[in-house]
Amino acid sequence: MSTHPHSPPIAVCPGCVAMPDTGVEQEVKDARIALSLPTIHCQGCISAVERGLNAHPGVHDARVNLTLKRAMITAGPDLQATDLIPVLEGLGYEAHELDPGTLTMTGADRAGRELLMRLAVAGFAMMNVMLLSVSVWSGATDATRDLFHWISAGIAIPAIAFAAQPFFRSAWGALSVGRLNMDVPITLAIVLALITSLWETSLSGEHAYFDAALALTFFLLAGRYLDFRTRAIARSAAAELAALEVPRAIRLTDDGAETEVAVADLSVGDLVLVRPGGRMPVDGQVVSGRSELDRSLLTGETLPVFAEPGLAVSAGEVNLTGPLTIRATAVGQDTSLHRMADLVAIAESGRSRYTSLADRAARLYAPGVHILSALSFVGWFLWSGDVRVALNIAAAVLIITCPCALGLAVPAVTTAASGRLFRRGMLIKDATALERLAEVDTVVFDKTGTLTAGTPELTNLDDFSQADLGVALALAQASSHPLAMSLRKAALAQGIEPAQVDDIAEQPGYGTQGQCQGRLVRLGRATWVGADQGTQTAAWLAIGDDAPAAFRFTDALRPGAAETVQALQQAGKCVLMMSGDTRPAVKALADRLGIADWVAGALPGDKVARITELGEQGHKVLMVGDGLNDTAALRAAHVSISPASALDAARVASDIVLLGQDMSPIAESCETARRATRRIRENFQIATVYNLIAVPLAVAGLATPLIAALAMSASSITVSLNALRLR
Amino acid sequence: MDVLVYLIPVSLILGAVGLLAFVYTVRSNQYDDPEGDSRRILSDEWDDHPKP
Repeated sequence: MSTHPHSPPIAVCPGCVAMPDTGVEQEVKDARIALSLPTIHCQGCISAVERGLNAHPGVHDARVNLTLKRAMITAGPDLQATDLIPVLEGLGYEAHELDPGTLTMTGADRAGRELLMRLAVAGFAMMNVMLLSVSVWSGATDATRDLFHWISAGIAIPAIAFAAQPFFRSAWGALSVGRLNMDVPITLAIVLALITSLWETSLSGEHAYFDAALALTFFLLAGRYLDFRTRAIARSAAAELAALEVPRAIRLTDDGAETEVAVADLSVGDLVLVRPGGRMPVDGQVVSGRSELDRSLLTGETLPVFAEPGLAVSAGEVNLTGPLTIRATAVGQDTSLHRMADLVAIAESGRSRYTSLADRAARLYAPGVHILSALSFVGWFLWSGDVRVALNIAAAVLIITCPCALGLAVPAVTTAASGRLFRRGMLIKDATALERLAEVDTVVFDKTGTLTAGTPELTNLDDFSQADLGVALALAQASSHPLAMSLRKAALAQGIEPAQVDDIAEQPGYGTQGQCQGRLVRLGRATWVGADQGTQTAAWLAIGDDAPAAFRFTDALRPGAAETVQALQQAGKCVLMMSGDTRPAVKALADRLGIADWVAGALPGDKVARITELGEQGHKVLMVGDGLNDTAALRAAHVSISPASALDAARVASDIVLLGQDMSPIAESCETARRATRRIRENFQIATVYNLIAVPLAVAGLATPLIAALAMSASSITVSLNALRLR
Repeated sequence: MDVLVYLIPVSLILGAVGLLAFVYTVRSNQYDDPEGDSRRILSDEWDDHPKP
């Protein structure tokens, strides 16, 4: 650090200018901080947040984006997001740190902007050419008509050369590997229409299709843009979920000092401190500290595991009670978490076997259109012997049959349906997820973290006397263990008063103990108080030398879980539950929810095998799961849903992410997906009907540019309106 | 019909002005926060002097 960090680098000798002063450079470099603000909703919030942040020392500039419910802050280098979150909480707004690296503008944003530009150019050119065409249709003749045609050509050719590039590129891509896709007839129609129109114009002909070529480009680009927007919204929401997990860890130096570093910077042999509530960033071995570990995201087990020095831990486990120091044995790509994720990549994906409705339509449509157009060219050439007439008719057939409405049919419906589901709290990540969801007849649920909320619920409060409960409450209040917190909540709700307990001390990994009326009282693990650990989650209370008694817990149901299972069963779907948890725990929950078919103790491989087997029997399986042990199954299933609380790997593997705590949107989404697929089919039918009317006219040589323009616009608008009925 | 010589260029230029204005708004990120911008107009915070 230089002695005058704020003085401008005025140097007398040139050498000093050339020498970089690292101290000053550090000072100049600003930090970018991103915060998620889920509760802001009005202009008052914007002003309050921006004023509050800008008043904070070190903040250079803060700007709120209300659409994304986010604040972007440029601040001095020593300012951290953790300094600003209390400021916002003081103002009454909930704030979470986002990883700005995950949120930077990606190639996808640029692609969207490019598409919008092309759409704008096509729209501008279409409007002008249409206006010129109106005068031609209303009877301009001779030199005036030629003039209008030439001006139209002057606008249409550069506009199409710019705007229709996505179609040209995609058509070339398909043709160069010897395939046909929807873009091949589109490109052919646009190019052929331009060529015949130019030829007609140069011969002072009556009909030119410049307006049709542009309208085609415009409507098809609109379909592409809608499609892109839907996926961009889903992508940005998914990126926000990923950005919420800022990958940081606390590294201990040899002298015991703590430094906060990015997880990516950790290396094998580093000492890492994991505080209670934190997630293991690396695989490793416990060096010091005692605690309990929650492995439910990895294995589905709800019983916490006791951790002491020497125990091997893997990335993704959650530390519950005491701080643990870990020596890293595997980091980054080598952790078991990543190895599991790699396994998932190998598992055959259910969605890769699915052909989308649009592709199926294109497979029928593209060859049909080409054959029809070629036949009308050959027929007219043989009958009239005039290449010009035959080419004109062939172009008219291509333009009329061009899949304008088909190009809009799917994107318009998926946009409307995804928007509707997004408002209900579901994020559709995959383009064909809705179509696949509509076909589902079997639903497989994971237990821990999916049907249950992952928070324990006390079941046998009434087995204890008031006095015992008072002691238990006093002990529970000293701990932040999930079981203790649940016990405290239940006891306080019953109006229990905490008893007088002295010398309360928490023994991380074991429980809490204290002195009550001269007797030692303990609340904690079975082995610690000298009891036998059963199969159910329990905390044991020992008073003096009395036999210890157990507080038993079950996992609380996720809100809407029971209703969802019921609604799915009523809709005639077969509901299964597969869990890695123990048999009694799974059976209890299955009985509670009325699920007859359940599997306990399932390993990740068992889940995949069962789902693949169901798929081979012809069932379309929807998998709902959150853990790492579910990821392979999520991928193997026909379609998959994971809650936002799931591990990143599980969210990536699934097609749909459930944003809220509530599960009830799942049943509704199946219904919405069915309706969306029906709309898509209706749209295809509408487009077919238009073609059935217009194609004979075109083949007979009666299709004027006016008829082409009318048929095209009318079918595109009908299709879009039909899609909007879903909202 | 001589008037066409003026009217057609005029209409094209006006259309092009619209197109260029749109391109400008896209380039300067004016569609990043449509909801926020529609509410910011209601705030009187920078009415008397522009934001520094």
